[in-house]
Amino acid sequence: MEAIAVNDLSKFYSTHDGSVHALQQISFSVREGEFIAVVGPSGCGKSTLLKILAGILPPSKGEARLRGTPITMPRRDIGVVFQSPVLLPWRSVLDNVLLPVDVQRLGRSTHQKLAMDLLRLVELTGFERRYPWELSGGMQQRVAITRALIHDPAMLLMDEPFGALDAMTREQMNLELQRIWLERKKTVLFITHSIPEAVFLADRVLVITPRPGRIIDDIEIKIPRPRTLEAMNIPEFGAFVHSIRGRFDLKGVIDA
Amino acid sequence: MKGVRNVALTIILFCSSILAWELIVRAFEVPTFIFPAPSQVAVALWRGFASGLYQKHLYHTLLETVLGFLLGSALGFFLGTAVALNRYVEYFFYPYIVMFQSLPKVALAPLIVVWFGLGLQSQVVNAALVAFFPLLVNTMVGLKSADEDRLNLMRSLAATESQIFWMLRLPNALPFVMVGLDVAMIFALIGAIVAEFVGARAGLGMLIQSMNFNMDVSGQFSVLLILSVVGLLLNRCILLIRRRILFWDPSEKERLQQERISL
Repeated sequence: MEAIAVNDLSKFYSTHDGSVHALQQISFSVREGEFIAVVGPSGCGKSTLLKILAGILPPSKGEARLRGTPITMPRRDIGVVFQSPVLLPWRSVLDNVLLPVDVQRLGRSTHQKLAMDLLRLVELTGFERRYPWELSGGMQQRVAITRALIHDPAMLLMDEPFGALDAMTREQMNLELQRIWLERKKTVLFITHSIPEAVFLADRVLVITPRPGRIIDDIEIKIPRPRTLEAMNIPEFGAFVHSIRGRFDLKGVIDA
Repeated sequence: MKGVRNVALTIILFCSSILAWELIVRAFEVPTFIFPAPSQVAVALWRGFASGLYQKHLYHTLLETVLGFLLGSALGFFLGTAVALNRYVEYFFYPYIVMFQSLPKVALAPLIVVWFGLGLQSQVVNAALVAFFPLLVNTMVGLKSADEDRLNLMRSLAATESQIFWMLRLPNALPFVMVGLDVAMIFALIGAIVAEFVGARAGLGMLIQSMNFNMDVSGQFSVLLILSVVGLLLNRCILLIRRRILFWDPSEKERLQQERISL
């Protein structure tokens, strides 16, 4: 069964100077356990797509389904990682991770151990009693990933999660995300404006162009896993990046 | 070592200015009813406490201030919460709040004495009235200042509005509420003293007033000294609470750092 099915999805925003067409007739589907990257320049409606999938924003037309049921409001089986870590400063690392457990009343006692296991998975053992401000940006984002996994969601939505990190931390985080994903096999929808990042992480890359946001390509990345940073130097990697970049040049979008 | 030197310097500076004050008053033979020497203030202070007079009035003023503070800030907090959470309450109440806020609240003191008499409740009401607004305004602003990303996070977890309030909006508003409490504490003291000026049977404000009629200026100085110590201690209490609750707030950490530097 498909994990995510998006059908003919459109979104308009009405502003004071007319209506903005953010997404136009988007259709795609994601298999269970698949890692999908959505790549496109800023303002192409990537974040709008994510908010619709998260159930925070209603679509104007069409629908998105998660495991067969339409997404019409926020659901308990979705984990979201935002561009910034969005940790609550008054909660310790462990309490931040357990936020979904508190909100959805899943029982702290049963999830405490899981939280510790997940923190070990992202290599934050020993930091569970610390507070967010004591952590580096990369560590904070790893806490955010852990928080998105704690309630065992059917789908993980990631909105440019490493966009605010420096280049080296970012590569490290990509490796770690791959490792976590290989271990947990969650369905992931990963939004980014970095083409190499998309190719490195994803099984499939959806290419979106802006105004209105449309999917113009759906490319399967046939590079074996686990991929190392050296994989970025093999010819196939370059070819995928080149062909995706070519799609933007054709559309005259420079900032990709 | 620098800390020790600074402390020593502070003490020397304090002692020498007291000494200079004493010498100037004696040298120019300034009359006591105009400007008393520190030694005369000290004598007045001693006499006041030895006779038990100051303790009695101090207790009265402290009681009014603390009760007024608790009453005023609790009401301010609850109304501020109501305004922040409910559009209708905001729409119908906010204009009056703005209007009332621009009024100097102490100007109501004479009316309050007419309504509530010379007893304790009159001063408590006056203190509460002045303490009310800092809490109201800060609670309102604080509850509305929750960051959009954090709201989206809570919504994406399918949190209910009441969960968003308890887990996000309220803790997020606490730094603002603490600023409100900080101001309200000092305001409550002002409110209590003004109410005592206007009419009361006891309290340090009333004591100042009666000493003024008797031209007992050194007495007034000694009461002023007590009042400033009281204000300082009340303010410290709030700071201590603040530090416990807001250990996570960046401005609290800055403050701690500043204090470390100044020591």
